[in-house]
Amino acid sequence: MASNSSGGGSSDRQRIAQQRLSRIAGHLQRPADGSSAIVAAECKAQGSRADVPGEEKTVPRRRQEVMKWNGWGYSDSRFFFNKKGQAEFTGKRYRLSGLIIPGLKDWFEGTFGASLQHKTPATPILNSSAVQPPNLNEAFVEEVKSAGIPFSHDAEDRVFRAHGHCLHEIFALREGKFGRVPDLVVWPNCHNDVVKIVELACKHNVCLIPYGGGTSVSSALECPPEETRSIVSLDTSQMNRILWIDEKNLTAHVEAGIVGQDLERLLNESGYCTGHEPDSMEFSSLGGWVATRASGMKKNIYGNIEDLVVHVRMVTPQGVIEKGCQGPRMSTGPDVHHFIMGSEGTLGVVTEVTMKIRPMPEYQKYGSVVFPNFEQGVACLREVAKERCAPASIRLMDNEQFKFGHALKPQVSSIFTSFLDGLKKFYITKFKGFDPNRLCVATLLFEGDREKVLQHEKQVYDIAAKFGGLAAGEDNGQRGYMLTFVIAYLRDLGMDYYVIGESFETSVPWDRVLDICRNVKARIIRECKDKGVQFSPLSTCRVTQTYDAGACVYFYFAFNYRGLSDPVHVYEQVEHAAREEILANGGSLSHHHGVGKLRKEWMRETVSKVGMGMLKSVKDYVDPNNIFGNRNLL
Amino acid sequence: MASEAVYTHRDPMLKKRDDFEDILEERRNSSDLRYALRCYTPVLYKELTPCKASELKSMVLQSDQLHYVISQVCKETGMAADEVQVEAAAILEEMAHRLQLSTVRFFAFTLSKVFKTLFRSICVNEEGIQRLQQAIHEHPVVLLPSHRSYMDFLLMSYILYTYDLALPVIAAGMDFMSMKFVGEMLRMSGAFFIRRSFGGDKLYWAVFSEYVKTILKNGFAPVEFFLEGTRSRTCKSLTPKLGLLNIVMDPFLKGEVFDISLVPVSITYERVLEEALYARELLGVPKPKESTSGLFKARKVLSEDYGSIHVYFGQPVSVRSLAQKRVDRCQFNLIPRHIPRKPGADIHSFVNDSAYRLVRAQEENMVLKPWVLVVSLLLQNHHQNQVAGQKQGMALDELTEQAVWLRDLSRQYGAFLHWPDHVSPSEVVSSSLSLHRGLVRISEGWVQLASEQAGGQTGPGEPRSAVPPEEELLNQAVITLSCASYRNQALHIFLRPALLASAIHTASSSNKQEVYNSFSFLRNMFSNEFILCPGATVQDFEEACFLLVKTGALQINQQEFVVTERGHRTLAFLTSILDPFLQGYQVVCRFLCEDATEALTEKQFVPAVRKFIIKHILTGRLRYIEVLSSDLQKNSLAALLRLGAVRKLKGGEEQGTLKVNKVMVNSLEDTLGGKLPTQKAVVARL
Repeated sequence: MASNSSGGGSSDRQRIAQQRLSRIAGHLQRPADGSSAIVAAECKAQGSRADVPGEEKTVPRRRQEVMKWNGWGYSDSRFFFNKKGQAEFTGKRYRLSGLIIPGLKDWFEGTFGASLQHKTPATPILNSSAVQPPNLNEAFVEEVKSAGIPFSHDAEDRVFRAHGHCLHEIFALREGKFGRVPDLVVWPNCHNDVVKIVELACKHNVCLIPYGGGTSVSSALECPPEETRSIVSLDTSQMNRILWIDEKNLTAHVEAGIVGQDLERLLNESGYCTGHEPDSMEFSSLGGWVATRASGMKKNIYGNIEDLVVHVRMVTPQGVIEKGCQGPRMSTGPDVHHFIMGSEGTLGVVTEVTMKIRPMPEYQKYGSVVFPNFEQGVACLREVAKERCAPASIRLMDNEQFKFGHALKPQVSSIFTSFLDGLKKFYITKFKGFDPNRLCVATLLFEGDREKVLQHEKQVYDIAAKFGGLAAGEDNGQRGYMLTFVIAYLRDLGMDYYVIGESFETSVPWDRVLDICRNVKARIIRECKDKGVQFSPLSTCRVTQTYDAGACVYFYFAFNYRGLSDPVHVYEQVEHAAREEILANGGSLSHHHGVGKLRKEWMRETVSKVGMGMLKSVKDYVDPNNIFGNRNLL
Repeated sequence: MASEAVYTHRDPMLKKRDDFEDILEERRNSSDLRYALRCYTPVLYKELTPCKASELKSMVLQSDQLHYVISQVCKETGMAADEVQVEAAAILEEMAHRLQLSTVRFFAFTLSKVFKTLFRSICVNEEGIQRLQQAIHEHPVVLLPSHRSYMDFLLMSYILYTYDLALPVIAAGMDFMSMKFVGEMLRMSGAFFIRRSFGGDKLYWAVFSEYVKTILKNGFAPVEFFLEGTRSRTCKSLTPKLGLLNIVMDPFLKGEVFDISLVPVSITYERVLEEALYARELLGVPKPKESTSGLFKARKVLSEDYGSIHVYFGQPVSVRSLAQKRVDRCQFNLIPRHIPRKPGADIHSFVNDSAYRLVRAQEENMVLKPWVLVVSLLLQNHHQNQVAGQKQGMALDELTEQAVWLRDLSRQYGAFLHWPDHVSPSEVVSSSLSLHRGLVRISEGWVQLASEQAGGQTGPGEPRSAVPPEEELLNQAVITLSCASYRNQALHIFLRPALLASAIHTASSSNKQEVYNSFSFLRNMFSNEFILCPGATVQDFEEACFLLVKTGALQINQQEFVVTERGHRTLAFLTSILDPFLQGYQVVCRFLCEDATEALTEKQFVPAVRKFIIKHILTGRLRYIEVLSSDLQKNSLAALLRLGAVRKLKGGEEQGTLKVNKVMVNSLEDTLGGKLPTQKAVVARL
């Protein structure tokens, strides 16, 4: 959900990006073995050191050292309203860090009818005694111990791995409520460790739930309450090395536990990148991307995960599945990778992935275009897709989201800048006659060599002009992308003041885009009203990806729940209705979030009865005893 | 949202209805010219992007839908695309409205003058207007007025103009367009013209449906059409036509709009302008072609008093809530939406059910005048006296007493009755009678139908024998059918209890199941005649039981129906209100069994059955003159066709020939007459 997409267009920006990345990394000590991009698989050697506590990684074994237990992201980064009632963002990690955001309070109060007087603070500390004692399978634990694989049944460790970031999960944590949590956490260090763990799990009949970055928003990490066996969370975070880089074929072989920001940082050091930047890339892992069919912001250049993956290794109860060669395309029956991609942890654990890499782009440039209305904006995106000239990223925010983005403008230091802003606003609304309550903005990110970028930019702006679009500067563009990675932090702020919300996504054919946006937003508003929500909700959307035959649409939805006895239930009912509306309007069940347990009920109509049967029969063959028992998908 | 409130089977007494305001009152006190020229700024649809009528046309001509059909037509006929495109443009030109405010202002002025002379008042429920205004702002709106008179759509536009609401675009029959000048005037006041039949013409259908959808989707204006398809000559609601309703629901089903509001509007005329015209038409005198000169001849109507009009704007019905849990909208996901497809069975039944619900909503908000009750009583009395051979007519006092009784009964059944509170009942009855002095006569406290006089007394200097009996019968029938049309306005109030009463009457025992079987048979038999929602037999039965039990006319003891002491009067009234229809259907059955030739075609059916009926009436074998109504005859044929008792041959030489299954028709006749018990088998087959 959050992203670190603060790279720069100029070398200056690149420098900033590098600084940020190194700051993130520098906050922690660099991994001892992370300095070299090419590392031999010294699994056993590491294994022997694995028990030593405090070994520093970007994502340490003890996540609680750097991350919040009941909210999004780093412990040191959060929004709050200071004594003057101005919003501030703490920490040093992000561009917004340490800045005051003067417009946020008014927007927040105005949009939600919320008030700074009415607080709903979270339970401050994780109360370990409220966590159920672990149901351990002693024989399994013994054997894991003798295999030298680190493990823990500490309450905090277990709670951290019992949830993703769905609203109901975070809401419960804030109230200090814990449901079923894993009984044990294990940290394999390499592929062979995973093979061992899966073997032992089969032997002792324990339930394994793979855990990567923990950024799921589909209830995929929730422990099935009906599970009676001991549940073991298999945390891949320590399998985070790039094992080799092949410059001739432009591929890299990487352990699946690596998180997005580490992968990019390490590859950058060798002058490469994957270009895969999902909004959650600070925390989400390569294995998670494969298991959910993730999509990155810059897929227009680099492709989605299914385009990037060349080879996958997955450990299943039946053994290891992998292809025998690295051919770029094969006609060998149904692609077995497609059983792995999107399997959501129901078949096994992805341990190693060979991925395409690209030389780092020479030049990056943000941009933005203002359209008189959303209809024109969509028409422009459609045209861009038709011409197949989409920039690395192109996103279209609706009017509400444009205003939201505007409210996140940090305080400007110079009078000149604010004067310039005023002038811009005057030009667009008065001179060009755009209605400030209808206009919308597209944000753009171009990447490549300098000359081509500039050429490309011109082409896109020319198309935009045909649809009444006006270029609106790099700044607006960059802020648009910033909104993406702070949105999850903002949700935590909202939850301090009776506001709950979430985002969900879909993909839809081009001719349906406008209809689905209008209808889903209207449905949310109507459902909120019907369910007794006292304040009008925020119901907004943006088009975030373009394809030849359609687009990906993201909805944000939040409301003030004062006066409701069971806000989470109301929230879930509204989200459910919104999903029904999406499906009724020709949208898909998910573009990249996955199904998990949250959207399971619609799988049958999504893939048909026979399709379900096919998936089930694969599951039955690969994992007859349901060792990978997270019960996602099917 | 609003749909649940529209139509409830349970206690109709609890129904809250709005109050009325007379819009003519202000017209009588202030300048019509200023009114016609005043500032007009209606509330518009919130997502409207304003566009001119000409832009609308080009949107239609450039739509994917139309392009697709044009290319289909090209493939089929081998015509060039631009030729077909020109044809499409011509169709659109012929069809499209050209709404102009100046014409509307002209109408506002002249109609004010006309309405003031014709009517005492035009009463409108202002709360309904407010709801409508809200609805227009929120979603595209479809106005669905009842259709009893040519007046209806001028009246609608007049009212909307008066209340500063968006003027509707109205689907009108092509017959209007042939009226010189007037057709164009109507076009400029928002009417668009559709051919009455265009069965196989793909291109016409495409242009037409796309035109309507474009207007609706863009919220350009409320779309208005008549669910009943044509004016009801009998004042009974007609079974709904689904074509246009299908079209207007389509944008919602395909997700092109979030929702659509359907607003049923009930227009009741105290006296219908076309009263006698309709009766003649039903008796087989062909209707005059609409022409401008004809309209001027009709000026003499201007000198008469037509009482008041009540217009009730009902609760807007959300198509979304109608469709919820009934229609799977995903079915439109796999084929591009611009490719026309025949609606599937589920969509068809959904639209059909919705249509019935809406017509019932219209019925429920029809205002009933005391006259409607009075004339029901007079008609019943007429027939009873005929049988008993007594003196025709009844004493005013007795009529008043009965009318008060019926007033209370109808109120208990949930009638929307406008019975003045502060006036004595006898005055109410007298003033009703005097408004309809063409149909009834009062002399010395004795009330008679005008037809009774025509038959009973001869006019001065006109020897009775001079008029051939058939012609005399037809003259009587004009009066009787006019009277019956007023009685019909109240039918929907009594229909369900009356079906139950008749079922109790004809059933072989008073066992609940037996009565239900009989009820179900009758209901099925009459479902072309009255508005009976498909598949709601059990609900209707329960509603009827509930009403009769609630009013103390009936007791149910252990599955046995017992008619109470005071219930006999109610049940007698109820059975006789349905009796003309029962007898009428039986006569039609008898005709088909006894008199129909082998080669009888559908076209010849009505004249032949009419002849048969006249013979029966003149020989005294049938006492209901109103059975002469071609509406009843056609409905009974439709019912028999539906039940499979009669088949219509298709194609070849015998196109339209009716094949009668005499055994089945005979058994239906006997069952209707109570001679045969309702057989399970029949019920099952129905």
